[in-house]
Amino acid sequence: MNILYAVLVLGALAVVFGLVLAIASKVFEVKSDPRLAVVQDCLPGANCGGCGYPGCAACAAAIVAGTAPVNACPGCSGENTARIAAVMGVEVTATERRVAFVRCNGGSRAGHKFEKYVGVDDCVAAMKVAGNGTLDCAFGCLGLGTCVRACKFDAIHINDRGVAEVDRDKCTHCMLCAAACPKKVIVSIPYATDIVVPCSNHEKGAQAKAHCAVSCIGCKLCEKNCPAGAITVTDNVASIDYSKCTSCGICVTKCPRKLILNLTDNGKVAPVAVAR
Amino acid sequence: MDITKLLSISLGAILVNNFILVQFLGICPFMGVSKKTDTAIGMGFAVIFVMGLASALCYPVNVLLVKLDLAYMQTVAFILVIAALVQFIEMFLKKSIPTLYEALGVYLPLITTNCAVLGVVQLNVQNGYNFIESVVYGVTGGVGFLVAIVLFASIRERLEFSEPPKAFEGFPIAMITAGLMALCFMGFSGLQVW
Repeated sequence: MNILYAVLVLGALAVVFGLVLAIASKVFEVKSDPRLAVVQDCLPGANCGGCGYPGCAACAAAIVAGTAPVNACPGCSGENTARIAAVMGVEVTATERRVAFVRCNGGSRAGHKFEKYVGVDDCVAAMKVAGNGTLDCAFGCLGLGTCVRACKFDAIHINDRGVAEVDRDKCTHCMLCAAACPKKVIVSIPYATDIVVPCSNHEKGAQAKAHCAVSCIGCKLCEKNCPAGAITVTDNVASIDYSKCTSCGICVTKCPRKLILNLTDNGKVAPVAVAR
Repeated sequence: MDITKLLSISLGAILVNNFILVQFLGICPFMGVSKKTDTAIGMGFAVIFVMGLASALCYPVNVLLVKLDLAYMQTVAFILVIAALVQFIEMFLKKSIPTLYEALGVYLPLITTNCAVLGVVQLNVQNGYNFIESVVYGVTGGVGFLVAIVLFASIRERLEFSEPPKAFEGFPIAMITAGLMALCFMGFSGLQVW
């Protein structure tokens, strides 16, 4: 008898709660846009933040709300972007594809403070314990792979010269690597560009030369020889205005340090044989 | 209302009988959501919220059960109440206070099966607390949870850069850390409010 009693009371409690929840689900119903689920389905789900929103769910919400373009996600395949555009009923407007680029090519060719760094294998940690990093150059890539661990698309690696190098075809331009890099040597460049200046050293010529074999010494030869007026040397380092650059490659041949590279010729950021 | 008693309950719940580090309740979220300080803070506030409400709601349910001579069904009834409560709160927040809903986010449903919440309502009954004492015990128990998980999360953030022996890397060293923290909290055991 007692058991029956217990079952009844608990059953009644459960029914009451069930009813309350059922009513509440109607009363507190929040209508979510059916397009939201479809759009979120098309996004990669890596939550990389490359779109500028905190995660794929927020990006999907912004796309559905119309505050973000349908191709807001830099990591989306063309097919998925087309599906999102179809769901939203708009045309995809082409935007210029951009990729991350490491503005340093020093690595093993830059001077090192220590014979061998044995500290924590992380650039941020090395900056703290080794006094602004392990290199003589205060601006260069430390090559300890903080950016590699930040990348969710396996698009950045430390190459055989000890410098981080972006795989341009895998890069989705989320710039998580740039945010993680304590040296701030990773910048955004157009995917279609050929000519790059992989150096961030702002020191004057003599010091820059002493600290790294492939440093920009700010000689301005590239600036003087550029027919399009696209290269300027500011703070002792050359930088290219990609809206003007015609990829003629004259600066590559004129650079006395053999530091300006043509990515198309070499397929990738190529090693330049300079003996140290 | 006896303020001294409430103070003593609060002190007990936050430090002396801290839910995680002394009573070892709610260890799963303590280990699971303590990798980053900000998520730990989110979890902590969600726990305060649910523990306080669960204490309030379970009190009348317990009175009912005792009256019907069914006190032995407490645990089952409390699980039911807490699960329904969390579901209800989630729906309510989603509609009425979306900002709080987003802030609590995934932690709210996680709490449904949190033993600290079940523990607090059980302890309310065991200690014979009245309604106000129950709610105070629930809220301050949540505060104790917040203190413990935030402290632990900030230690774990630092552990990332330490180099323990290979076998201790990751989770094992976190367990050891939790054990040492529990030892530290033993130091509060003599505290009393007179």
